[in-house]
Amino acid sequence: MPSQEEIYQKVSATLVEALNVEQEEISPTATLQGDLGAESIDFLDIVFRLEREFAIKIPRNELFPESIFQGDPDFVLNGKVTQKGLDELREKMPFADLSKFEQNPELTALSDLFTVQMIAKYIQRKLSA
Amino acid sequence: MRWIWIDRFVKFERQKSARAVKNLSLAEDYFEQHLPGYPIMPACFILEGLAQTGGILVGEANDFKEKVVLAKITSARFAREAVAGETLIYDVEMVTYRPEGASIVGKVFALPSGTVAMEPVGAPIAEAEIFFAHLDQARSQQLFGDHNFVFSGELKHLLGLAKVVAQSTDR
Repeated sequence: MPSQEEIYQKVSATLVEALNVEQEEISPTATLQGDLGAESIDFLDIVFRLEREFAIKIPRNELFPESIFQGDPDFVLNGKVTQKGLDELREKMPFADLSKFEQNPELTALSDLFTVQMIAKYIQRKLSA
Repeated sequence: MRWIWIDRFVKFERQKSARAVKNLSLAEDYFEQHLPGYPIMPACFILEGLAQTGGILVGEANDFKEKVVLAKITSARFAREAVAGETLIYDVEMVTYRPEGASIVGKVFALPSGTVAMEPVGAPIAEAEIFFAHLDQARSQQLFGDHNFVFSGELKHLLGLAKVVAQSTDR
């Protein structure tokens, strides 16, 4: 089992290759879309590379869920994620850090959950499972 | 109009690798139009030929049922130009194949005119990593219907050629 640091380094290297960004641009809190310029197809590319790099299987929608809420009013109301929605997020993405998002859970800010650190945490959980 | 940048396949190993060739004739329009008086093949066409070779390798992996679209060229490097009279060899290898898409790595070699053996010689003139998506699987929100508009028209002819090579390689 690789150490946390090793996992983070490997994840960083994977993102440098997949997104064609400089190593300096990568930080634990860097968001994939906002900071690193990832587009939807890049998510698929990242999943492919992580599977190869760590010799794991990443089921579809597990690391990057496409549509968690499916327009359900119980989960999203007036553009904000409800308490029930937050619970759902916690269950589906236990590897994501929701602490900042919870303070102002705008649906449009959801993509900010996808950070470098989030991927590293996901891999850690996956490898120790 | 649809441009095909492959003349024929010379090797085809299902879900693994493919080799195609393209002979560059001075009679082709782009040699005159790209840089008049300096007949080189535009680099984007070299890349397109490599992508077509890879796209067919990916499509054949599931009997051309998927709509395979070029989603991203992760990296591409060009070492030198390709000139009229040369024969290009496109070598591609499948790196990943999943329900949502596939990725390949490819190398392009240029052989001097008159070469008979279709084997790579020397260093590649171009290398690329290309990522393909299966349209229906990757974009589940959108529906594109049953008609496979990717593998149609002229490309079908090429697919026939690919199949013949695949069968002869299997034996």
